[in-house]
Amino acid sequence: MSVIDIPVLKSGITLAAIAAICTALVATTFELTDDRIAANEQAWLEQSLRPVLAGLSFDSGISDSMLTIPAPHELPGTDDAVIYRVYSGASPVAALFVVSARDGYAGPIRLLVGIDVDSTVTGVHVLAHRETPGLGDGIEAVKSDWARQFTGRSLGDPATSGWRIRRDGGEFDQLTGASVTPRAIVKAVKETLQYFDANRVAIFAAAADSREGGAE
Amino acid sequence: MTPGLIDRFKNGLWYENPGLVQLLGLCPLLAVTSTFVNGVGLGIATLSVLVLSNALVSATRRWIRSEIRIPIYVLIIASLVTCTELIFKAWFPALDRSLGIFIPLIVTNCAIVARAEIFASRNPVGSSIVDGLVMGVGFALLLMAIGAFRELVAMGWLLAVLPPGAFFTLALAIAAKNVIDRRQRENRDDTLPRQSRLTNR
Repeated sequence: MSVIDIPVLKSGITLAAIAAICTALVATTFELTDDRIAANEQAWLEQSLRPVLAGLSFDSGISDSMLTIPAPHELPGTDDAVIYRVYSGASPVAALFVVSARDGYAGPIRLLVGIDVDSTVTGVHVLAHRETPGLGDGIEAVKSDWARQFTGRSLGDPATSGWRIRRDGGEFDQLTGASVTPRAIVKAVKETLQYFDANRVAIFAAAADSREGGAE
Repeated sequence: MTPGLIDRFKNGLWYENPGLVQLLGLCPLLAVTSTFVNGVGLGIATLSVLVLSNALVSATRRWIRSEIRIPIYVLIIASLVTCTELIFKAWFPALDRSLGIFIPLIVTNCAIVARAEIFASRNPVGSSIVDGLVMGVGFALLLMAIGAFRELVAMGWLLAVLPPGAFFTLALAIAAKNVIDRRQRENRDDTLPRQSRLTNR
């Protein structure tokens, strides 16, 4: 070993030692916070799902029943869709869909659509969007009651031709100054209902499987 | 040569304020100060990272050769920021959601590496902790003040919470500080104007 290598070696050892100490510090903090973070994320998820769970009676941990539908699929949106299945005992109660309305005014609108086992909408809640403040953002539950009009609707109520905004001859209110945003959401809710009707058995069968699997 | 505690606080809060005078850490300062609560959150997070990184850099300064000091600062600061982020996620989840990416980005706040290089690497641990405290408090108070100002003004003028509002507010704050400093200097013309002692040496 030449003389020049000794300071380099010393520097290397110092670096390695400090890296090891820092790693230990991060690892310890991770161990201490891991459970709390998982619990917080669980609570946040259940809190986000609550707007579409009103009036349902269920007993399951919702986030355990998550089903990811990888894109491409027949649900609205080009990204992966997520379904949370809700039940009371062994019988299915509802399915909660996280989908994207593609044709918003400013990019996709992430929606939570709750549909009960009888194909009735239990609620529609906007999770994320980039619509214009003051116009399209009336879709947010905190800004206006617009999204409430879906609650209790189904594919027969109104008939398929009525699943449009009023300006297009349908039965759903638009927002003052914004029709692109409501049109996109009405379409996405309708497509989600259609998907639910076509795949209801598969959705809940998969749920029953994973429940039995989880119990074993 | 070591200034007294009160002078050091005056430096951190006013004469050498990291945001107002050194203009360091402007990226988080401009980005998250749309509300008072965000300012408090990021201010406390930055303050704790700054105090701990100053303490660790100062404690290890005898073993660190100058060639490898920068990677070591980065290692120390990055680990501390990761720990801070985990702690926020565990105990302040709502604040963590509203600050988002800006907690991990504290790692890029040059105010922290600047204090490590300028002060902590040349001074004892106790003194470095005080330095981290005064500089951190100065930065945090500025974040809170700008956050509060923008949140209040936004009630009448929406632009204040949008990105341009951040630039206007910071410019107003720096201008106000310069006006106050000049008044003070004119009032005490016999004393020498106070110089910024960025290098502290």
